Amino acid sequence: MALSREQMAMRVARELQDGFYVNLGIGIPTLVANYVPDGIDVMLQSENGLLGMGPFPTEDQIDADMINAGKQTVTAATGASIFSSAESFAMIRGGHVDLTVLGAFEVDQQGNIASWMIPGKLIKGMGGAMDLVAGADNIIVTMTHASKHGESKLLEECSLPLTGAGCIKKVLTDLAYLEIEDGAFILRERAPGISVEEIVAKTAGKLIVPDHVPEMQF
Amino acid sequence: MSGFDKVVNSYEEAMAGLEDGMTVIAGGFGLCGIPENLIAQIKTMGTKELTFVSNNCGVDGFGLGVLLVDRQVRKMISSYVGENALFEKQLLAGELEVELTPQGTLAEKMRAGGAGIPAFYTATGYGTPVGDGKEVREFNGRNYIMEEAITGDFAIVKGWKADRYGNVVYRDTAQNFNPMAATAGKITVVEVEEIVEPGELDPAHIHTPGIYVNRVIKGSFEKRIEQRTVRQG
Repeated sequence: MALSREQMAMRVARELQDGFYVNLGIGIPTLVANYVPDGIDVMLQSENGLLGMGPFPTEDQIDADMINAGKQTVTAATGASIFSSAESFAMIRGGHVDLTVLGAFEVDQQGNIASWMIPGKLIKGMGGAMDLVAGADNIIVTMTHASKHGESKLLEECSLPLTGAGCIKKVLTDLAYLEIEDGAFILRERAPGISVEEIVAKTAGKLIVPDHVPEMQF
Repeated sequence: MSGFDKVVNSYEEAMAGLEDGMTVIAGGFGLCGIPENLIAQIKTMGTKELTFVSNNCGVDGFGLGVLLVDRQVRKMISSYVGENALFEKQLLAGELEVELTPQGTLAEKMRAGGAGIPAFYTATGYGTPVGDGKEVREFNGRNYIMEEAITGDFAIVKGWKADRYGNVVYRDTAQNFNPMAATAGKITVVEVEEIVEPGELDPAHIHTPGIYVNRVIKGSFEKRIEQRTVRQG
């Protein structure tokens, strides 16, 4: 079975380490916050200017001046700090965020990522995505392995305009966990019940399959 | 010390001098921390052909979105737009120009503009459409693009409290782009929820020192929420 959105978030959460500052994008990445392992403390960075994002507010805690990067009302966690957008992106661009998790349309074997623009469709903008991928060393991209029509999203070369060049080293799809090294995807883990053959068939870019590819456990 | 008294008493006075074709830098992220009454005043004035430098363009009927109704905006320099139907319509009709700029680059362009730095190099956008036509330079084995600073004829800013001398503090994440915007306007106008006497704000806690600020006005704010999300208490 392909991983559910929740299982993808659970798998990403295993990469968290105690003391990590983490930026989570919109969608599946946001769910990662629900699966922080016991005994581990992480601080969530929201690029509009909040380090230490807490849970959503209760009805009587709602405050129009407290929002996250998705423009949702939030609270500040104990020990949080709040700052300007320039300060926020100094943290991001300066490589101070330990882990960034974000979605994408396509990733290629050179570590290029396309996530913001589909020619012919209305372009809303890149928001902070280009800064995040340029600034972070440790990025996990979460996306489905192939489109609804079965077209691979792990490509030899991205077909869409890029968000960042050569900056992605880890990809978690609904079928597999892969790393990108020296111009190739390396298959590190497969989703429970998913065969190596299926992953090979759905990966358009160069894929290296090690002798042993463990199945993820949940 | 009256030379330092920045307080004005009407929104007409606050935005006096704004003319057609000017560039206005606006603070705010989404609808959070936007100078909503200063925007409303620009709508009342009917000033046209304006360029706005702002992370977003409001929504239909609120924030900068209200300026689209009478086609007062010629160009937006933003990181994320299109939360409003009218915006989309004018963009597709070619009545509105958009220069999409990565969020961190946008913040830094304002910061640099206010700090007298004409341009800077960033890895953000290298190898993407954002980097097209821009100077590329390699530092320590990595490629960076040159981005130019932005300054505005006006900066419109939303603060929480200000003293009469124009020292400003922001509240929570309503800070966002406001401190950078405040530095980058030839005329910087700050609207706040409360004006206090000099000395009442802790000097060490001032976010925007009064030197950047030309006019301060007290307003009342709707503070519309874009995505109301709650948990059960």
